[in-house]
Amino acid sequence: MNEPKTNIPNVNRRGALSVAGVGLLSVAAVGVLGASSAMAKAGSATAADADILNVALGLEHEAIAAYQVGAGSGLLQKPALDAAVLFQSHHKAHRDALIGAIKQLGGAPVDPKSMDQYAAALGVSAIKSQTDVLRLAAKLERGAANAYLGVIPSFKNSAFAQVAGRLAADEVMHWTVLSSVLGDSLPSSALTFGA
Amino acid sequence: MRAVAMLIAASACCLSGVELRAEPMGDVVRGEQVYEAKCSGCHSLDANRVGPAHRGVVGRKVGSAPGFTYSEALHKARFTWTAQRLDRWLTDPSAYLPGSRMGFRLADPQARADVIAYLMRQK
Repeated sequence: MNEPKTNIPNVNRRGALSVAGVGLLSVAAVGVLGASSAMAKAGSATAADADILNVALGLEHEAIAAYQVGAGSGLLQKPALDAAVLFQSHHKAHRDALIGAIKQLGGAPVDPKSMDQYAAALGVSAIKSQTDVLRLAAKLERGAANAYLGVIPSFKNSAFAQVAGRLAADEVMHWTVLSSVLGDSLPSSALTFGA
Repeated sequence: MRAVAMLIAASACCLSGVELRAEPMGDVVRGEQVYEAKCSGCHSLDANRVGPAHRGVVGRKVGSAPGFTYSEALHKARFTWTAQRLDRWLTDPSAYLPGSRMGFRLADPQARADVIAYLMRQK
C-alpha cells in the first residue's frame, strides 16, 4: 500500500468540547459490563471497533501487570497498597468487560504478555521505592485516560464511545488519587485531559 | 537552548492564485510533555508495548519496528514516516490507513506538531 491520498477531516472545537464532556459521566465497573453486552448486540459496531477495543484490552492487561508488580514488590505500604489492589481490581473489571464485548463482536481478545515482558517494557528494574511504584502507576493511569479519550471519535458505534468515556473516568480517578499521594500539584488549567 | 523544529508549510492551489496554509511550529520541549501525557499510555521510545517503540520512527518504514506485530494495513504499507505523514496519521489513523488498529486521534494541530518535533529528535 502506498501513501494514502485521502483528505483528513479536521476535528472542530465543538467536537473537542463534546469529548471533554464525556469524561464527566459517572462510573461503575459493573455498569460497564452490562453496557458493553448490550452494545455488542446492537449490531452497528464494526471490526474497526473491535480492533480499538482490543488495543484497549492490551492496555488493561499492562495496567493489571503493573499493579501486580507494585503489590508484589514489598515496596508499597498501607494505605497505598490497598489503593493499588483496589485499582487493579478496577482494571480487571475493565479487562473482563472488554473481553466480553470483543467476543460478542466476533473478535479474538488479545492475550496478556508474560510478566517478564511487562517488567522489561515498563522498566521495573529501576523501581526502588514506593514513590517509584506510584509514579509509574500515575504515568500509566494518565496515559490510559488520554488513550481512552483519544479513541472516542474513532468508534463507529457511539455506545462504545460512551464506554471509553467511562473507562477514562476511572483512570482519571486513579491518577488523581496517585497524584495526591505523591504530592503533585493539580493541573493549573482546565481541559488537561484528552487529545 | 529550546530546540524548535519547523514543519513544512503545505500549499494548495486555487484559481485565484496560490494559497499557503501554514502548519504550526513544533516545540521539542512541549512535545516531550505531550508525548508523556498523551502517548505513553501505549508507547515508549525503546520498548514495544501496546504500540510499537518510537525511537527512530521518523524516517523509518511504516510497520517495521523490530519485534512488534502490526496490523495487516501497516504491514503492507510501502512508505516511510515523515513529519507530514505522521501529522495525517495522528489526525485520524483509521482514515489515513484503513484497517489499522490504532484509533487514537490527537486533534490539536499544535500538539501534533510538538510531539512530531519531539519524535524527530529521538534518533
